[in-house]
Amino acid sequence: MTDALLDIASWLLLALGGLAVLIGGIGALRMPDLYTRLHAASVTDSMGAILVIVGVMLQAGLSLATIKLGVILLFLLLSSPTASHALAAAALVAGNKPGINSDGPEGG
Amino acid sequence: MRSERRRVAEPEASQPKAGDRWLRAQLVLALLLIAFWLLWSGQFVPLLLVLGALSSLLVVYIVKRMGYFDTRIHALRYNFRLIGFWLWLLREIVRSSIEVARVVLSMPLRLSTEVVEVPVGDLDAVDQALLGNSITLTPGTLTVDTREDRLVVHALTAAGAQSLRDGEMKRRVIALRRAKAA
Repeated sequence: MTDALLDIASWLLLALGGLAVLIGGIGALRMPDLYTRLHAASVTDSMGAILVIVGVMLQAGLSLATIKLGVILLFLLLSSPTASHALAAAALVAGNKPGINSDGPEGG
Repeated sequence: MRSERRRVAEPEASQPKAGDRWLRAQLVLALLLIAFWLLWSGQFVPLLLVLGALSSLLVVYIVKRMGYFDTRIHALRYNFRLIGFWLWLLREIVRSSIEVARVVLSMPLRLSTEVVEVPVGDLDAVDQALLGNSITLTPGTLTVDTREDRLVVHALTAAGAQSLRDGEMKRRVIALRRAKAA
């Protein structure tokens, strides 16, 4: 019984995670400039990563694999904003001012 | 025996030798990394043990070059209130993910980007990094630039910009620091 419930919860999380990744991908394609694209991609980075990894953790149950997955999630949640910030800061240094290009045809 | 040791230790404590402390910190870090390597790999083949030891030492060398041991930054000195902060952050991530998803799927694209400056002159370096990273982690807000006294944040929606101006995240980061000092 609890196995079935865990399975259902796990698949629900995995499906929602897949949806978050898909929406992040669609957003990265639809958005007009680099900064707005990064916003869309961060749905994949944050929400997608959390949902997919927690979903897989439920599949793994109480084991070393779950602890490893938890640590992977922690590292992802620390490193992906750092990478996004590095990308945005590099764009700013390169002269791509946020807001100015947002309405133009192609900023990023 | 014990009192003798204390007598010897006291002049050192009044004049802390920075070199010793850094060396100990490096040793602790190296041992911690090796322990993590063993835990993750679970294999005790000589080749992997040597590779683990070498990569741990390489990491210690790299972070030493980055000046990690020169500044007294110990990001791990947060206490259990960090878990409460994470739970709040998780709720924010869910809320703003839905908001950004709505913008992404809006048909024509409804954009109202804004640039907000968050004053952080009253935070120390670790707290600034925590706040900046938390802002970026939350979809719809992105820390673009860090100046000495403020973070320049790009917001996808007016609602996201408004919640930055309200500054609840910053208040929670400051509350963490208070807890840390106590």
